Amino acid sequence: MKKMSSGKKTGRPTPAAFHLMLLVPVIVTIIFYYIPMGGIVLAFKEYKPGLGIFGSEWVGIKHFQYLMDMPEFHGALKNTLFIALWKIVLNLVLPVVFALMLNEVSTKWFKKTAQTLTFIPYFLSWVVLGGILIDFLSPDGGMVNSVLKQLGLQEIYFLGDVKIFPFTIIASDVWKNMGYNSIVYLAALTGIDPALYEASALDGAGRWKQTLHITLPSIAPFIVLMTILSLGNVLNAGFDQIFNLYNPAVYESGDIIDTLVYRLGMVQRQYSLSTAVGLFKSFISMILILLSYKLADKAAGYQVF
Amino acid sequence: MRKTSISRRVYLTFNMIVIALITVSCMVPILNVLATSFSSAAYINAGEVGLVPKGFTLAAYQFVLKDARFWRSVLVTVERIVIGIPLNIGLSILIAYPLSKSELVFRERKIYVTFFLITMIFSGGMVPTYLLVYNLKMIDTIWALVLPGAVNVFNTIVLMNFFRNLPKAIEESALVDGAGHFTIMMKIFLPLSKPSIATITLFSLINNWNAWFDGLLYNNFTEHYPLQTYLQTTITSSTEVNKVVNNIEDMMLRQSVTARNLTAAKIFIAIVPLMCAYPFLQKHFATGLVMGSVKE
Repeated sequence: MKKMSSGKKTGRPTPAAFHLMLLVPVIVTIIFYYIPMGGIVLAFKEYKPGLGIFGSEWVGIKHFQYLMDMPEFHGALKNTLFIALWKIVLNLVLPVVFALMLNEVSTKWFKKTAQTLTFIPYFLSWVVLGGILIDFLSPDGGMVNSVLKQLGLQEIYFLGDVKIFPFTIIASDVWKNMGYNSIVYLAALTGIDPALYEASALDGAGRWKQTLHITLPSIAPFIVLMTILSLGNVLNAGFDQIFNLYNPAVYESGDIIDTLVYRLGMVQRQYSLSTAVGLFKSFISMILILLSYKLADKAAGYQVF
Repeated sequence: MRKTSISRRVYLTFNMIVIALITVSCMVPILNVLATSFSSAAYINAGEVGLVPKGFTLAAYQFVLKDARFWRSVLVTVERIVIGIPLNIGLSILIAYPLSKSELVFRERKIYVTFFLITMIFSGGMVPTYLLVYNLKMIDTIWALVLPGAVNVFNTIVLMNFFRNLPKAIEESALVDGAGHFTIMMKIFLPLSKPSIATITLFSLINNWNAWFDGLLYNNFTEHYPLQTYLQTTITSSTEVNKVVNNIEDMMLRQSVTARNLTAAKIFIAIVPLMCAYPFLQKHFATGLVMGSVKE
């Protein structure tokens, strides 16, 4: 059916109802997505509140040149890449390992309970989890540090130490999303034909060999797909999470592009500069996303829409 | 047939212990906050609260439930849910129905698909969107919270894939009988799609419940904050909470309330509705995830 569509064209016109249905959604999308896209001209202007976006003067690439010499921007870019890349790698590897481990469990209630409980943090907002973690990790009576102290160990400033902060961010993100991220792999694992395992057992393959030659190849397409699709996140270090956990003491290692955009735009009201930083990010992200869609289509025949 | 060797049994035990540890790690921080919310100030400040409340008290909850600002923020969240979800679902249906047709029937489909897809790939960013909302005079109104995210492409994809899998014959016979596409959408597709509409309603519920940044960005006055934004500001600026604690007139309350159990109580109240919906969420998120990726 779908293959035919490209070749044969019928003379029938599209029912008008389709265009009518799409009218309101298209208008809403134009207003709230496309008009702001037009607003990126701000990055090439010097915004003056009295003159508005269109009245303000053009300044070319002045803001981008300024960015190139701005230490905060370089720092934020470096931190973004560091945090985002670690998150990408660990959010791919650990959920696969977790799914494989869960798959080995034959006790049903145990498997189900583990799945149910590890899924919970995914549903909580970073405001709530931020509040929970700030309290839980606090050096001032927080549970983790109280335990460390009782064990005679040194306190750890998880959210206050410049060196440790990025790792707290990476670890807590993996922790939040592990249950959710492993779902895809668990679904793929339950789809494997048990006959494959029985046949290989007859041929004398052990559990480890089976994992290597049956289990992993079966879920490999999903791993490849997830890897490719995560390419678009190279500049997404997680605004919600970092905004709710960071403080000026850890800007050096914890400030990312998105938080810089917020502070420049909404706190310092440097609209044009903030838009320029945002444009830098969306432009590179767009290229990466397009690349990943292309790769996903080539490698796995996956089409997004 | 299968021999359970000693090494295998050792491995399985080890495996279960690691899984148990991971599972416990997901629960401990949440239980710790729950325990803190029921504990009294002295124990909390001494860092003695673990997973069990110490010096059990309901003072923090009593205080939060009497807090007018807290209730006002809950009302704003309810308002955004009541307006936001129908808006979101309605728009998703209007997009998903025509786009679920093949290009044979809907020749301009690709143009529309590209139009919506572009919004997933590129965005104007924080400042241009803020200026738009500002120029539309929506600052400090509920519309700033529900309209900018009203078209949700992910929800639309879930619904579109479901529509595609409905048997074509029903639609064709209705067309032959002279029914229009609006009638087919409302009278045939929607009743058949209850499970997937339930799924995206849950997605939308979670989105609306958890959203906090738009509340911070698009409101000048704190009384317009939704619950999560209100929480965000009280959690990050504990000085404000301390001020509140010091202003409590009731001596009894002041002895047992501290910034920490107050925050913990608020956090827990914000979690409770999600926990009640959790059994449904778990089921529907998994199916929704599968539906979002199944093609044709």
